[in-house]
Amino acid sequence: MAQVLVVTSGKGGVGKTTSTAALGAALAQDGERVVVVDFDVGLRNLDLVMGAERRVVFDLINVIHGVAKLQQALIRDKRLENLCLLPASQTRDKDALTEHGVARVIAELRTKFDWIICDSPAGIERGATLAMRNADAAIIVTNPEVSSVRDSDRIIGLLDSKTAKAERGERVAKHLLITRYHPSRAARGEMLSIDDVLEILSTPLLGIIPESEEVLRASNVGTPVTLNNTLSAPALAYFDAARRLKGEEIPLVVPSASRGIFNRLFGRKAA
Amino acid sequence: MSLFDFFRRGSAPVARERLQILLAHERAAARGQSDLLGVLREEILAVISRHISFEPDRVQIKMDRGKSVSTLEVDIEIPNGISGAFAAAQ
Repeated sequence: MAQVLVVTSGKGGVGKTTSTAALGAALAQDGERVVVVDFDVGLRNLDLVMGAERRVVFDLINVIHGVAKLQQALIRDKRLENLCLLPASQTRDKDALTEHGVARVIAELRTKFDWIICDSPAGIERGATLAMRNADAAIIVTNPEVSSVRDSDRIIGLLDSKTAKAERGERVAKHLLITRYHPSRAARGEMLSIDDVLEILSTPLLGIIPESEEVLRASNVGTPVTLNNTLSAPALAYFDAARRLKGEEIPLVVPSASRGIFNRLFGRKAA
Repeated sequence: MSLFDFFRRGSAPVARERLQILLAHERAAARGQSDLLGVLREEILAVISRHISFEPDRVQIKMDRGKSVSTLEVDIEIPNGISGAFAAAQ
């Protein structure tokens, strides 16, 4: 059965789009049929991170308004044939998204894909609530930093109240993805530790993505980090996170302060 | 980095404590709980200030939730100079 995921955070710039692209490509490399959907109307960037910016003809809003068919708007990845992108519009404002229209498109995507990954805009406005609206599960992207953690807490509250599942009395499964983690700074007590963030947000951990120049390098060339350098530390962390999403039990390892070596086994059970 | 910073054990514990306090308030407010006191306080002050002048920070409002009975305690300190208005009204 298809899984609808929303990648959300509240705060901007924490790595939602990077994570959407990386997890989408990781799942697709594992043979899953994946579509990544950009909900950031007016400020789309998933097309750029996926390297498909020059192939966008129709977008999500065209499909919602009946200007284009879903098949016309879906962009098939050139590297992975089972990975597609549904871009957002760059010109229209976010009021062009309707709750009914979004629900209809997601329902149609459910019949064609195994995973529908919705890249939420920052904030807690309409665009963000529509992105999470139809989700079965949420990936909350958090940096180990006070404003990001606070905004994540707010988003967790919205997931428990504003989603279709919550309104039916069910729960949206929540997974925490900690990005831009600096092992050495955490070890020196300069950065919130993984345990601090987990205790404060009390949400199961999906993965820890270490800060790495590979992430910028991948977005520079328009390739998800899990396709660009599959052996880099962030790529390996995203591959593990993708397998956890599929229900595999992969032990979680906190990136350690000693450079490049992931050696401290983390006792906590994964999400 | 100053010498003081060198001996201090990082700023993460401060971040953690600030977040825990802040989120406790925000979560309660989101559930519509602790804000009841805030709303009560504002409305009670508005009613009383129509008749008597007093210092808003000399007002204490407490709520105790018990198993069968809860109590709301309102303690307003009124300066003697203007309590005449209060007596005259009776």
